[in-house]
Amino acid sequence: MAAILNVIERAYQGTLEEQDDQALWLVSALRNAGAEQRVLLRGPATAYAVAGQSVQPLRIGGVSTGQPPAIDEDLKRLVAQGVPVWAVQEDAEERGISPAEALPEVQWVSRAGVAGLFREAERVFAW
Amino acid sequence: MTAQAKTLTLAIMDPPYETARVITAFRLIEAALRKGINVNVFAYEGAVSLGFTDQQPHANPVKGTSVEEEAHPLPKDWIAALGELGNGRNGHGKLDWVNCGLCVDERGMLNQATGRRGGPPDFFQFIQGSTNVLTIGTR
Repeated sequence: MAAILNVIERAYQGTLEEQDDQALWLVSALRNAGAEQRVLLRGPATAYAVAGQSVQPLRIGGVSTGQPPAIDEDLKRLVAQGVPVWAVQEDAEERGISPAEALPEVQWVSRAGVAGLFREAERVFAW
Repeated sequence: MTAQAKTLTLAIMDPPYETARVITAFRLIEAALRKGINVNVFAYEGAVSLGFTDQQPHANPVKGTSVEEEAHPLPKDWIAALGELGNGRNGHGKLDWVNCGLCVDERGMLNQATGRRGGPPDFFQFIQGSTNVLTIGTR
């Protein structure tokens, strides 16, 4: 089967308690199941491309999470699994994110170039 | 030669009562089943709450209705009804509802009105065998 393009826009929702991003997790799990996957980060999710982001374990009422999310590491692992990751350049710029502070593994695409990624995929999933 | 039935897969993420996306998904599933289209549902994350058997109706003190009068709908009943509709008979399609098992576990939604426990490999199988796939992510 040809590639599935996963468009991820929602960001940092439930990531503290899930300890990862729900959509990226599913992309990785489907990759493990044999699916050819691609990821496009747009809108708020372009922040996932920022290298070195970190968060302290969530602690409420003395109860802590065990594995704080490390979204940038998850993206690196995805790329190592053979899942290319793109981010929309204009969306990142609007949020003050420059390619210089982003993971080198992330590829940049202009808004005008997004349609090309859609055309190249057999299926497009919006998360 | 009979034409092979089409198959639609939906991946849904939302829990009940928070968003119109749930009812939209239910409407799409019913419409497809009634047209003889087979439907696979991968209930991911919050969507595994939709079929939780412990849902209960309640009265409405704001409107002054009793439990019976309010007749509060429960998503588990709609899912069970879709399951009955999607039995492959009378020209209807077949419904295969899979709840993501890890999502069930972390929410304690172990008692489900219908469907079966599964995971991403099931979703991948659905994708491979479908005419089309619609993902309805949460916001």
